[in-house]
Amino acid sequence: MTDWPLLSILTFLPLVGVAFILAVRGDDAAAVENIRRVALITTIFNFILSLGLWFAFDPADGGFQFVEKSEWIPGLISYHLGVDGISMPFVVLTAFLMPFCILASWKAITDRVREYMVAFLVLEMLMIGVFCALDIVIFYIFFEGGLIPMFIIIGVWGGARKIYASFKFFLYTLTGSLLMLLAIIAMYWHAGTTSIPDLMQADFPVSMQIWLWLAFFASFAVKMPMWPVHTWLPDAHVEAPTAGSVLLAGILLKMGGYGFLRFSLPMFPDASQQLAWLVFTLSCIAIVVTSLTALAQRDMKKLIAYSSVAHMGFVTMGIFAMNTQGIQGAVYLMLSHGIVSAALFLCVGVVYDRAHTREISAYGGLVQRMPWYATVFMVFTMANVGLPGTSGFVGEFLAMVGTYKASVLTAFVAATGVILSAAYALYLYRRVVLGPLEKEAMRRMTDLDVREKFIMVPLVFFTILFGVWPNPVLNVTDASINTLVGIVAEKTGTPPEGPQIDASQFTAAHGSSADAVARGMEAIGMTPPASGHGEGAAETHGASETHGASETDAASVTHGAAESGDATPAAAEGEAPGTETPGETNETQASE
Amino acid sequence: MVQLLVFLPLFGFLFAFLFGRKVGHTAAMVVTTGFLFVSATLAWIIFIAWGFGDAPTERIVLMEWMISGDLEIDWALRVDTLTAVMLVVVCTVSALVHLYSFGYMSHDPGKAKFFAYLSLFTFAMLMLVTADNLLQMFFGWEGVGLASYLLIGFWNDRPSANAAAIKAFVVNRVGDFGFLLGIFTLFAVSGVVQLDAVFAAGPAMSETTFTFLGMTFNAVELACFLLFIGAMGKSAQFGLHTWLPDAMEGPTPVSALIHAATMVTAGVFMVARMSPLYEFAPTALAFVTFIGATTAIFAATVGCAQNDIKRVIAYSTCSQLGYMFAALGVGAYGIAIFHLFTHAFFKALLFLGAGSVIHAMHDEQDMRNMGGLAKKIPYTYAAMMIGTLALTGFPLTAGYFSKDLIVESAFVGQNFWAPYAYIMLVLAALLTSFYSWRLVFMTFHGPTRAAADVYKHAHESGPVMLIPLLVLSLGALLAGYVFVHAFESDPTGHFWNGALFAGADNHVIHDMHEVGTLVALSPTFAMVIGFLIALVTYLLKPELPKRFIEKAPRFHQFFLNKWYVDELYDFLFVRPARFLGRLFWKNDTQVIDGFGPDGIAARVKDLAGFAQRFQSGYLYHYAFVMLTGIAVFITLMIAFDRGIL
Repeated sequence: MTDWPLLSILTFLPLVGVAFILAVRGDDAAAVENIRRVALITTIFNFILSLGLWFAFDPADGGFQFVEKSEWIPGLISYHLGVDGISMPFVVLTAFLMPFCILASWKAITDRVREYMVAFLVLEMLMIGVFCALDIVIFYIFFEGGLIPMFIIIGVWGGARKIYASFKFFLYTLTGSLLMLLAIIAMYWHAGTTSIPDLMQADFPVSMQIWLWLAFFASFAVKMPMWPVHTWLPDAHVEAPTAGSVLLAGILLKMGGYGFLRFSLPMFPDASQQLAWLVFTLSCIAIVVTSLTALAQRDMKKLIAYSSVAHMGFVTMGIFAMNTQGIQGAVYLMLSHGIVSAALFLCVGVVYDRAHTREISAYGGLVQRMPWYATVFMVFTMANVGLPGTSGFVGEFLAMVGTYKASVLTAFVAATGVILSAAYALYLYRRVVLGPLEKEAMRRMTDLDVREKFIMVPLVFFTILFGVWPNPVLNVTDASINTLVGIVAEKTGTPPEGPQIDASQFTAAHGSSADAVARGMEAIGMTPPASGHGEGAAETHGASETHGASETDAASVTHGAAESGDATPAAAEGEAPGTETPGETNETQASE
Repeated sequence: MVQLLVFLPLFGFLFAFLFGRKVGHTAAMVVTTGFLFVSATLAWIIFIAWGFGDAPTERIVLMEWMISGDLEIDWALRVDTLTAVMLVVVCTVSALVHLYSFGYMSHDPGKAKFFAYLSLFTFAMLMLVTADNLLQMFFGWEGVGLASYLLIGFWNDRPSANAAAIKAFVVNRVGDFGFLLGIFTLFAVSGVVQLDAVFAAGPAMSETTFTFLGMTFNAVELACFLLFIGAMGKSAQFGLHTWLPDAMEGPTPVSALIHAATMVTAGVFMVARMSPLYEFAPTALAFVTFIGATTAIFAATVGCAQNDIKRVIAYSTCSQLGYMFAALGVGAYGIAIFHLFTHAFFKALLFLGAGSVIHAMHDEQDMRNMGGLAKKIPYTYAAMMIGTLALTGFPLTAGYFSKDLIVESAFVGQNFWAPYAYIMLVLAALLTSFYSWRLVFMTFHGPTRAAADVYKHAHESGPVMLIPLLVLSLGALLAGYVFVHAFESDPTGHFWNGALFAGADNHVIHDMHEVGTLVALSPTFAMVIGFLIALVTYLLKPELPKRFIEKAPRFHQFFLNKWYVDELYDFLFVRPARFLGRLFWKNDTQVIDGFGPDGIAARVKDLAGFAQRFQSGYLYHYAFVMLTGIAVFITLMIAFDRGIL
């Protein structure tokens, strides 16, 4: 199996589907049905293949796997594919979402079905290609190529303002990408290679890194999108057909985050470190500002689009925290958001297909008629809010905890997003689903049919599964992210700092809470309070005096005490390697 | 056994929620309730084993949750006496509320869903109290928030219920924001979230500083303070209390279970659970005392002015939670948990009793439209009397023991706010007695003010509703007397067995036995005075309150409107948030797009329009442009050549 060019097959299999679709003759109902089936079967088959990729992947290996390489333009560009723990989940996510897109378009799209399905399959090829490419030029081709089918999908099958939206989308992303192209050329002139693994090893001078970083940033920031270059996203989402929105939110946005991880961090680590403040600032603004904006929206899709921007703020923040939790959280949040926001757009699609409006005020009281829908929507709303037990929480938590270590202020501001997201998501849910059934149009709404249940149930399942059992995914990404963190730390010369107190030695625990404290006090040389009921009051009292003394000392003598080197008791105890030692020092001073 | 106890409610939820419509309401109700009774039985067995059988602290690892770098988090259950007490409270009240709901919700079409949510809540609460790490506690913490949201908004065709549900969730999230930052701080400083490891790191952390938003704090003080913000949200303490009264929009069994006995006490449980950290954070503890005492008096004053029977009890809950926090703040953790334990019985009793009243009165909740119900619903009346006696601290009832101990501990407490707490708590005891008796007199005594036909049809509830009242009445009468010695024992004694922790200079438990008689009797005096005032104003001379309101309308309005906190928040947070939302949206569509894509597109169009004007078709126009161009070009060339440019 591994001898096969699995990645090439995965990437180009959709083209086989395209060939079949083009071979279907006629435009009658039967032919259209066949076209849909072909598209569905192709995407399902591709998903199954991608599962093979998942199982054959070796999570212990932090490098690239399934590598395929052959010369294309000798000495310049090679056809070079491969995945590591960061890109592999995105490949699987892409393949996973495609069948849902096809299913969601089953009844919604009746016009030019053939072209529509071709556009989607070509888009799938390009998206998988982006995540597999190991040559920067190949990457650029796939990255830019993805614009074209999406431009067509919005422009042809979109809503009322589709032309405006599609042009806005195209111009925004293209402007950013052109800067990236310039940077790629500059990188080639400097390093003499276009191979991504080689470029990761290359050392660019810091001044050059800044410019290259900014050029890549322009492209990826637009793609993410980060504030203030996000304004294309709400328009594109509103006008795109449901399946288009799903892919836009589910996959296309992730290319920006993926780009940061693949290029900005390992290739320009110094610039990343120096400009992290910029990313942190923009992320904070994105989280707060777009969350508040979401609160004011009247269009369901716009609201979800703004919430996407806010969530992407968590992603960029986590990536530039540049530690394991931050990056792992960012990757996890991207995957989770890929499922959850896609599902939310599908939820909007469900009612749009029935009522043909996205105005929030046109809805209300759906729960009375659509219990299934209400439940499903509730689960995704909660995942969007980041309720523990859903996939959204794991990503947000890890991203925030990682950022907290890097920048407390950023994590603090970002955590307010926890409050705001609850406000806008529940406010949306209330206006759409809850309330009395007053509007005439709402009385005729029917609950989810079999096809829609078939779409929603797996998404609900994975949302919850990845919330309570994220380890399969975290495990896959672990080695690669550690490698990445290692590369960055090595190049910037700042090894990751451990916590101030190493308490991990206490995890293998036994005994009660009080015993745990006693262990901790012993480790730093305090006298634990006497245990047992009513045992010697004098002894207890003595302990309290020492305790008080050490506390007052701790207030005046801080870390300096430890550095001054009078920490022999700690060494003698030998129990607490890496523990902060002012405790012992103070203790000795106090007792002397 | 613990696994079974914790997961039975989850299975009950899944069964009722997924198959409720297929198997019918009755099956769903019977299964969930049956599971809960099994859980409750197990809880008592565990309570006896750990509380009185010296069983050691047990940790049961279920599976890994997340592993990321040095962050390792398991799904694990931790059982010690503290957990066992909470298990008893949660499972017992939940089982009784399930049973009670058979009667209370009998006419509701969404019964299966209601029972499913109740079980979901119970599961989340059990996860919270059995958590072995902070993140799992947060899972339960948010899980109960979700269940509370779903149950407050259970009657989802009522806009007021939906608004209350959102308010509850969002205000709780403000607390959760603090809780999360607390977890982050602990992790950033010590690299762990597992409880034992955090506790062991506590002493070292008390000598470490952490820079938070540009200010340097003692690490453990900061973490404890942030965690307490979470507790304030969940336990409706002053500042973050606004959601609790509104939460009364939910069905009454929900109020009894979630907003009286269990969920709102999660904050108290958390602080007690984290006592090994709090003992090293004297400043944070002083803050806890201050907030607790303030809440106790604030909620009591508001409770005196309310007319909705459920809201009075809700503010009473708020106030009693303040008592618990005051006790926690002075280091009397066992006493706080004791009050939590007894309060669960009598407050659930009062709520369920109020539910019985509301049921009898056909969904009337305004006490001004009640009166004289004692003869109509004698059993409910008896239950409410018992609950009131226990709440006000009538000697030998459950509340008497726990509340008096709290007041005494506040008196001997060492921290700065302890004297303040003592005075406030005694005053609050007076008010508690006043509003409780006011409730009883307005509801059950005097001539009736209800509409004639409503009063005529008022009827006693059926046995499924009365049995829970009976059981809880027994608890409200006896729980204090039976368990007082166990709960007030030393944290390292046989009962607590080290589940709580008291620092070396924490002598509250010993000192409180040596307070003077006057101090010990002060809450009882306060209770008697409160009772007498209520007796005079609401039973003997019922025209007095009206005259008082007419004399001092502002005074009354202030308390009736809950100190205008809601209005203040609306002004400070809600309106600005909406305003900013609209402003930022405008900024997106006008400023960013205006200067960005739309602006550029418009300029390009202008430029094209300008260029287009040269394409006139007249030869002499083209010749003119050409000549001008050549002239400019040559001029520039010369300029370059001479080095001018």
